[in-house]
Amino acid sequence: MLDFLSLLPYWQVFVEGIVTTLWVTVVATLLGLAIAVPFAWLRLEGPRLLSALIGIYVELIRNTPFIVQLFFIYFGLPALDLRLSATSCALIAMTLNLTAYATEIIRAGIQAVPKGQREAARVLGMSPLQSYRHVVLVPALSRIYPALTSQCIIVMLGSAVISQISVEELTYAANFIQSRNFRSFETYIVATLCYLGIAIAMRQSFEYIGRRLFGFLQGEQR
Amino acid sequence: MSMVRVDALYKSFGANQVLKGIDLRIQEGEVVSIIGRSGSGKSTLLRCLNQLELHDSGSIEINGKRLDGEAMSARQLSEHVGMIFQSFNLFPHRRVGENVMLAPMVVRGESREAVEPRARALLESVGLGEKFDAWPGQLSGGQQQRVAIARALAMAPKVLLCDEITSALDPELVGEVLRVLEKLAVDGMTLVLVTHEMRFAREVGSRVVFMHQGKIHEQGDAKRVLDDPQTPELKQFLASTR
Repeated sequence: MLDFLSLLPYWQVFVEGIVTTLWVTVVATLLGLAIAVPFAWLRLEGPRLLSALIGIYVELIRNTPFIVQLFFIYFGLPALDLRLSATSCALIAMTLNLTAYATEIIRAGIQAVPKGQREAARVLGMSPLQSYRHVVLVPALSRIYPALTSQCIIVMLGSAVISQISVEELTYAANFIQSRNFRSFETYIVATLCYLGIAIAMRQSFEYIGRRLFGFLQGEQR
Repeated sequence: MSMVRVDALYKSFGANQVLKGIDLRIQEGEVVSIIGRSGSGKSTLLRCLNQLELHDSGSIEINGKRLDGEAMSARQLSEHVGMIFQSFNLFPHRRVGENVMLAPMVVRGESREAVEPRARALLESVGLGEKFDAWPGQLSGGQQQRVAIARALAMAPKVLLCDEITSALDPELVGEVLRVLEKLAVDGMTLVLVTHEMRFAREVGSRVVFMHQGKIHEQGDAKRVLDDPQTPELKQFLASTR
């Protein structure tokens, strides 16, 4: 028999876990995207050395497991005499991870914008940076927006792993609760539903922002 | 002084030599139509004039300023040369009015208040005053191309380059674009067009330049060249366009 009532005394632990998951996700997403937007451009049009360095970073992150990246930062930074809280380490790892994937996704978007757009901007006197900012960026993002949305949700789901370095997010909360009441199945059903709810809410928010940002597409598809 | 002065211009793409020594003078207010088969180098010549392609050797002067690879920034160049493309290239995520206002605001740092009346007047002059707040995607091809013309004019260039600007349009929309060009010509704008519109070249153009295999093969007064071609290549080309 399922006994969800045995979870009731722990509702506060769940709520605290959800709040932590939400805020680390929001911070990592905002930071990661903010860094990826210039990185994608530098990867394509920056000085050769910088472009190569970004390329190496992207491949390094995309070809190693997230949990290893997390441990690398959590155990590696103290070796460099940098003492940060577990949450800070988790935030750094999540941001680095999203930045790498988002850089690659946005780069694909930039390349999908017709060459004529950049030529038109250039002929009107814009510098390459002005052209990226005012002409290329929004159409580029509109082309890869679904992929970018999914990547941000993957980062949120991946945050379950940061419980491994004792960040008290949703999975950590679930582990804690089931170790007290021994109701593992019920606990993880609730945790699963929480993740599902957060993921759906994120997708809805991204769609809402997308409608605002890419309203011009309705005009395009007359 | 010539508005455009091209001397011994050479340009290759890899092993393919596209321009083989072009000399060309264009005076202020002239309307010059460049005609020729595809592959004759006419679009490349036009794109060299605003440095979308960098020439290998020779020199280009626009309004007395020499273009030498990196010597002139995109911003300086835009003071002299405007360009309109076959595929319009309007910015799809900017409303029509913003398309016209963007370059003066971003490149010259002008305020929106200063640019907006001018943008509205320019759109009015191409017959699209009421489309200021429309999206480019909501316009027909002919309307989009007229917005592109207004957008180019917003930077007040001395010379306007037109690269087959009616080739992507449905036949019934060509006229509205050509009428705008004709008005510009009458107002004294220096126009350089790569075009297949022989009637326009003959009636509005002051000069026709026929390009063949990377060289200027024949040129002169528009009516004279089109009505009485001298070289067999031009005769053959004109016959094929009828």
